[in-house]
Amino acid sequence: MASLADLFSSGTLSQFLVGLSRTTILFIVSSGLTLILGVLRIPNLAHGSLYMIGAFLAYSVIHFLGDGTAAFWAALVIAPLVVAALGFLLERGFFSYLYEREHLMLLLLTFSFTLIIGDLVKLVWGAEYRSVTVPRVFQGSAEVFGLPLPYYNLFLLLIGPFIAVFLWLVVNKTKMGKIARAAAVDSEMVSAVGINVGWVFAFTFVLGCFLAGLGGALIAPMVNITLGMDHSLIMEAFLIVIMGGLGNIWGALLGSLIFGLTQSLGILVWPQFGIVFPYLAVVAVLVVRPKGLLRSTW
Amino acid sequence: MLEVDGIHTYYGQSHILFEVSLSLEKGEIVGLLGRNGAGKTTTMKSICGMLHPRKGRLVFEGEEVTGEKPYQLVRRGICYVPDDRRVFADLTVDDNLDIVYRRTGEWSRDRVYEVFPPLKEIPGRRAGFLSGGEKAMLAVGRALMSGPKLLLLDEPTEGLAPLIVRSLEEQILRLKDAGISILLSEQNLKSSLALIDRAYIIDNGRICYRGTVKELENNEEIRKMHLML
Repeated sequence: MASLADLFSSGTLSQFLVGLSRTTILFIVSSGLTLILGVLRIPNLAHGSLYMIGAFLAYSVIHFLGDGTAAFWAALVIAPLVVAALGFLLERGFFSYLYEREHLMLLLLTFSFTLIIGDLVKLVWGAEYRSVTVPRVFQGSAEVFGLPLPYYNLFLLLIGPFIAVFLWLVVNKTKMGKIARAAAVDSEMVSAVGINVGWVFAFTFVLGCFLAGLGGALIAPMVNITLGMDHSLIMEAFLIVIMGGLGNIWGALLGSLIFGLTQSLGILVWPQFGIVFPYLAVVAVLVVRPKGLLRSTW
Repeated sequence: MLEVDGIHTYYGQSHILFEVSLSLEKGEIVGLLGRNGAGKTTTMKSICGMLHPRKGRLVFEGEEVTGEKPYQLVRRGICYVPDDRRVFADLTVDDNLDIVYRRTGEWSRDRVYEVFPPLKEIPGRRAGFLSGGEKAMLAVGRALMSGPKLLLLDEPTEGLAPLIVRSLEEQILRLKDAGISILLSEQNLKSSLALIDRAYIIDNGRICYRGTVKELENNEEIRKMHLML
């Protein structure tokens, strides 16, 4: 175990910032998951698969456009949009017929999607690792309090609040967001004031899928893009959403912060068992607040 | 205007409404009276599309609307105000009104505030924090935003203080003057006497009496048998 002095060393801060940047990805993906869970009440296991597709699509777009910085920006726009379109097809083609069904049925359906999408990804991209290099503008490190922080992590740190503000605006300031909030609590009554709830659900699902795709595209330069990246992420995203309170976007933010930071700081405290800390945090939170930290819409 | 023709409605396996028929003309306030659990709410939900009768027909303005969804019926001009109000608790008063589908430009937030001045004082308050009376007003106001031709008011004055009941009743009469037809459910005759033109009495899921208010007032036997006194 590291001594106490090490904990306050300069390494702590940079580890903290790297952890925070990873939190951004967790937040983006789990906010989409919680949005879908809150408004449509679908426990979408395939959310991780959509994130994986986002990462593979980003890889393809970047390679197709020739690896430049422009290709990276294009991938950041195109990959989430394609994932969103896929989400639209899933919602209209399957889920829109199944809202009356119990959650277990929906859970099984989404589980089947994870298997199907997994195989489709294997068919399209193959089973090998893929990787994307960090775009040139983001190569190198910035100095933060005298410590090197990779530019790409800095970029993620900046994009996190941007997405949070964007979601806040959509949910609180747009008519569609307000309708979605009302529908999360009482969708029947939303229909009874003349609103076609089906389209509200489609919009929410598509937005959630867009976020999954965006998370996948953003993580692409940081990890090996591979089959199975969906499984590890969906576990984490669900834990985050449960910890934060089902359906609560700010809960997803809080949960991501707790998960991401306990992980990165845990590694400092006890390197061999660093991975255990976020799960311990989840247990601790749920013991104290079984329904999650913030108010759930369920 | 509205013709309910022999509907049978079920909750899952349990048969709730038996051959319920009623009709309503333009500009009328018709009472749907009955005890708790008699089938008033089920009847209203069957008309507004929240429940779908297994048998029977609904005709609105000469067109068959059986099986349409709530939002489609709102767009035709039928709007339901539930007995438990179901205001959108997370949204502000303003937003509760704003998100409603507006069939016509006839009704606006300002006009609703004119009808229910107390709401005008609290446009930014979350509906979950409103008093019972304010929730009742907001629920009716929300329905008005859609520009209804027919309002289904399910025990609108239930649980309200007498003073508030009176002011709400006054507003309901004003809505009638504005040309809106109303189907109004109540548990007893007395509370709706001032409002309704004629009434149906429902008991155990069956319509067991229909007549004008005058006839009903004079028929103590029926009142005793089927209503709360």
